Amino acid sequence: MKLMILAGPPSAGKTSVVKNMMRRLHPKVKISFLKIDVVITFEKEEIGKDFPDIPVKIVYSGDLCPDHAGVMVIRDGIEWAEKNKSELLIIESAGLCLRCSPYLNQGLGIVVLSMLGGMNSPLKMGPMVGLADIAVVTKIDLISQAEREVFRQKVHEVNNSIRLYEVNALQGTGIDRLLVELKDMKDIRADSLVLKGVPPLGVCTICIGKKDIGWQNHFGVIRKLDTQGADYLYRGE
Amino acid sequence: MNIKKLTVFSGIDKSGNPEKFKKFEIFPGNTVAIVGPTGSGKTSLVTDIEMLAQKDTVTRRKILINNKIPPFSYRQDPSKNPIVLITQHTNFLADLRVDEFLKLHALSRKMKSRGAVSKTLMLTNKLTGEKVTENMKMTVLSGGQTRALMIADSIVIGNAPIVLLDEIENAGIFKKEAMEMVREEGKIILFVTHDPVVALLCDIRLVMKNGGIAKILRTSEREKKARKKIIEQDIMISVIRERVRRGEIIKF
Ligand SMILES: Nc1nc2c(ncn2[C@@H]2O[C@H](COP(=O)(O)OP(=O)(O)OP(=O)(O)O)[C@@H](O)[C@H]2O)c(=O)[nH]1
Ligand SMILES: Nc1ncnc2c1ncn2[C@@H]1O[C@H](COP(=O)(O)OP(=O)(O)OP(=O)(O)O)[C@@H](O)[C@H]1O
Ligand SMILES: [Mg+2]
Ligand SMILES: [Mg+2]
Ligand SMILES: [Zn+2]
Repeated sequence: MKLMILAGPPSAGKTSVVKNMMRRLHPKVKISFLKIDVVITFEKEEIGKDFPDIPVKIVYSGDLCPDHAGVMVIRDGIEWAEKNKSELLIIESAGLCLRCSPYLNQGLGIVVLSMLGGMNSPLKMGPMVGLADIAVVTKIDLISQAEREVFRQKVHEVNNSIRLYEVNALQGTGIDRLLVELKDMKDIRADSLVLKGVPPLGVCTICIGKKDIGWQNHFGVIRKLDTQGADYLYRGE
Repeated sequence: MNIKKLTVFSGIDKSGNPEKFKKFEIFPGNTVAIVGPTGSGKTSLVTDIEMLAQKDTVTRRKILINNKIPPFSYRQDPSKNPIVLITQHTNFLADLRVDEFLKLHALSRKMKSRGAVSKTLMLTNKLTGEKVTENMKMTVLSGGQTRALMIADSIVIGNAPIVLLDEIENAGIFKKEAMEMVREEGKIILFVTHDPVVALLCDIRLVMKNGGIAKILRTSEREKKARKKIIEQDIMISVIRERVRRGEIIKF
């Protein structure tokens, strides 16, 4: 089975890109689709409407960072897709924290970006762009050619080796070229899958739900507004 | 990159009917007007060319350069891209200063940016009434300023052998100056236009209908004679337009 993990900011066009891929691949390629989000998603309806026989599973992360939730459930997700006898598992991650990246050492990591998010959005997104294999830039119908080229430049500043595809995900323009990538993809080996990037540390009393504000009220890795010397410091109980 | 020929292989119109020609060839030095009612597919045609469509757009058209499928690197690397497209947009979304934007664009097209910014601004300000300066934000530019900057940018930084212009007359920039600026010996230029003067100044006219190319016309000798008169009248109108814009009272 092959694996694609798509991440990107809300409304970047992730589901639209996925649906365009499905339109070209289904039913020749058997696909399963897994969406990881925080509280609410529409993918079950969005995909179910057009592709009622593609298995779709939704995972809500609730109070957990959605990328962390993704890491927890991804093994189960792969087993589920294998049980469906799928040849391709597509995972769409809400990827809200922008410090983690959901990509694995195998399969394709795809960041979906829309230029409507601003020229500097690739710089703000850290490892989600930095560790991706592919960037898909959507909504090119809404911007000028010059802006597209400048945006490309910005993405390459963050990740020089990323392969960038520009698409109009409303009409499906550019998707065929993206799908050429699928041909060179290898099957995953589930027993040796690991995260590509090191997730950020989340070890303090905020992580476990203490609501007080100010570092004075917390233990673990804490931070002051003006810290002399080291930027990060640890406070034990 | 030496462009000898651009070929458009026909596709389908909005009703799914094939276009009534097999292929259409454009050579360096040709200027082509694309005309037709709103929504008839003019923008889609220039977008097909810019995307180097290979039957992978709604129109199913196919584009060849020098009889070959253009390499994907043309689209992956702006510095190799032989095509500049001035889109129909009348506003920029890029949250950058004009000079930052132009420098980055020059970098992406691997153009030495020294002088590129000032030259682009100089040309921009020939096309627009209110001056654009390098420290303005792209997003505050007016419709006309935006289009003037797009055109100047395409000439100085884009500097490509194939130029696609989606409605040069849009937003009240100085159309005649813009056309003169863009027209350059040996280039392939396509003008999407609603303006009869722009259309008649071209050698070839593509008439769009229902998403397809319905007619391919060559500007006849008779039309060339007529166009002199039309241009004279157009100049008169544009003089009056400028005077009205400057707040003068018009008397005949
Ligand atoms: N004009 C235009 N609109 C697009 C394009 N791609 C997506 N959209 C629109 O953008 C909106 C969001 O698209 P989605 O595909 O739902 O985005 P998403 O990233 O899956 O969003 P979430 O899952 O909610 O984070 C929809 O209204 C799409 O129709 C595009 O290329 N051009
Ligand atoms: N051959 C085609 N098949 C299907 N849809 C098409 C085709 N050609 C154009 N369209 C669609 O028709 C709509 C209008 O087309 P387009 O924007 O190219 O028109 P236009 O002539 O540029 O209009 P305007 O003068 O308003 O700018 C678009 O949504 C486009 O995708
Ligand atoms: Mg979605
Ligand atoms: Mg148009
Ligand atoms: Zn996180």
